[in-house]
Amino acid sequence: MSTPSDESHLLENRFRDLFNANVGKTLNGHNAAIRDVRHEAIERFVTLGFPQRRAERWKYTNITQALTHHFALRLENDAAGVTRTRVDSLAIPGLDAFRAVLVNGHFQPALSDVAGLPAGMVVSSLDSAGQVHADILNAHFARYASHSDEPFIALNTAFVVGGLFVHIPRGVVMPRPLHILNLVSADADVFIQPRLLIVAGDHASGAIIETQHSFATAHTFTNSVVEVAVGRETQLTYHTIQQMRADDTLLTTLHAYQEAGSTFSATTATFEGGIVRNNVNVLPDAEGCASHLYGLVLGRDAMHVDNHTLVDHAKPNGYSNELYKHILDDQATGVFNGKVLVRIDAQKTNAYQSNKSVTLTDRARMFSKPELEIYADDVKCSHGATTGQLDHEAMFYLRSRGLSERQARVLMLTAFARDVIDTVKIEPLRVYLDTEMERLLHA
Amino acid sequence: MLQINNLHVSIEDKPILKGLTLSVNPGEVHAIMGPNGSGKSTLASVLAGRDLYEVTEGSIDYLGHDLHALEPEERALEGIFLAFQYPVELPGVSMSNFLRQAVNAQRAHRGEEGISAADFLNMMKERAAMVHMDADLRRRAVNEGFSGGEKKRNEIFQMAMLQPKLAILDETDSGLDIDALRIVSEGVNQLRSPERSFLVITHYQRLLNYIVPDVVHVLLDGRIVKTGGKVLALELEEKGYDWIKEETAVA
Repeated sequence: MSTPSDESHLLENRFRDLFNANVGKTLNGHNAAIRDVRHEAIERFVTLGFPQRRAERWKYTNITQALTHHFALRLENDAAGVTRTRVDSLAIPGLDAFRAVLVNGHFQPALSDVAGLPAGMVVSSLDSAGQVHADILNAHFARYASHSDEPFIALNTAFVVGGLFVHIPRGVVMPRPLHILNLVSADADVFIQPRLLIVAGDHASGAIIETQHSFATAHTFTNSVVEVAVGRETQLTYHTIQQMRADDTLLTTLHAYQEAGSTFSATTATFEGGIVRNNVNVLPDAEGCASHLYGLVLGRDAMHVDNHTLVDHAKPNGYSNELYKHILDDQATGVFNGKVLVRIDAQKTNAYQSNKSVTLTDRARMFSKPELEIYADDVKCSHGATTGQLDHEAMFYLRSRGLSERQARVLMLTAFARDVIDTVKIEPLRVYLDTEMERLLHA
Repeated sequence: MLQINNLHVSIEDKPILKGLTLSVNPGEVHAIMGPNGSGKSTLASVLAGRDLYEVTEGSIDYLGHDLHALEPEERALEGIFLAFQYPVELPGVSMSNFLRQAVNAQRAHRGEEGISAADFLNMMKERAAMVHMDADLRRRAVNEGFSGGEKKRNEIFQMAMLQPKLAILDETDSGLDIDALRIVSEGVNQLRSPERSFLVITHYQRLLNYIVPDVVHVLLDGRIVKTGGKVLALELEEKGYDWIKEETAVA
């Protein structure tokens, strides 16, 4: 007999053993910054351990349950059978974009398309960046996603392989978005840890779309960490579209660091998957930053989607706007925990947060927890959270015009999602979100 | 077309309609008048299929269908249209998307192909003109931010789009100023035809100056207690409902 905590402790030792077996080999790191931080991170991970359910941040998501499979790590780079044809099938119709493909956390130049990048812009693996652009990497890698108290960040940092590095140099305006396809492909249980570093210099602008798909036929656990540095007066949007399978557990952590006068926008759309946990953390660490956080969840069957966000207003004259919407059908569970922190120096901050959810069955559940911590006295902050059902009278109105119950429902739900989808400025992406949503609601 | 026999309807065990009998032939306009609480809106709701109500006795035959057995959308596809007393605002649902689906549902039901985008657009423009609606309304969300008058005009516009066989107007005149009342009535009158019947439910005679009924019924305490021609409406306007109440009590 073993208690769950013994079980997970064994798991932590397994990761430590795997680390010891591979460090200096596949976990080499030509770059000193990556190499040194690995050792620090694995020690930290072993000390912290995987989060237990009694931990407040994991109250509604029993992540240790998802860790019980006998996962193998994929430290060697191979495309795992992913072909260009398969990648093409995941293209967003009508979207003209640069393309960067990751398979099991490894950058695949042969499947990517980065021809015609603006002068100085880099899209490469972290390995390669560690050699060619060591100065940039050293200045940013593991600076924003802190491994000191987050076990999953520590674990990811210890096992960084391949990954993706994107550098948008000072003054560069990206002519097209960058579409990152973050793919899982395996026919046995795998634990993969993609690591992305996006560095946008001052006065730059660009849009990134990350889509997450699974070609796996077994259980998978993805522990992804994205670090984003947004330079002065720079505008950057980061969209994540998640379409995994029921057997995939997806844990993503995004840390964005904003410099003065910058605008950063993060949109996370979760349409398909098993257990999904997204941590979006934005730190506007200078004056006059704007931060937008949007989320859309379509939970069906037994999906479990947990969105944790943090906006940490550290400096004056900041603006943040957050809107998360969850649609929960069948026995799906949604969690929203949105923390807005306004530190004592962050006077004249305007911070808005809203979380609206619709549950379509009696078994669908939504847990919503806004957290406002305000230490400055001259600020405007508001938050609201509502959970309800589809409006009965509206459904009757639509049906009385001849629409079937399903048509009426789809119309109402796409309307419910409208204000989140309409924040997306890239038209083919907006259309894609709309059509995917309709397709899935009709399914 | 419509044959209602001894209809009894309750809401949460409270009887509202208590043996209503009514017969409407194709092309006829019937006005249902009555004081508040007499059951007028309940009748409209029951015909359209709102599920808050329980039919405890009686029958409704509509073009050979047992209406009770049909879902609201099936009734709509068979040609029943309810102009709501309180049209619902649907933020995020565009007029054109909504109506195109409704029009196509009707066409599919008749075994026809879906309407082309161009034909639909022309149809919207043409029918909107009937009720003096801004042609730009296709870009708007259904009833969102519409004034009371605009909402009622929108109901008649939808009726014009869907070309029902039996149109039920539930207090369409409530909340309308005289100009809006005229526009809405003109819209309805343009839709009158030998195949189309109307059930005009109203508290006041005023609307019937514009939409002239063939038959006027007085609904009192869940039953039709008096039926007459259009002069009955004028009589009610002049004398109120009390004399009918007394007459009914005596009888």
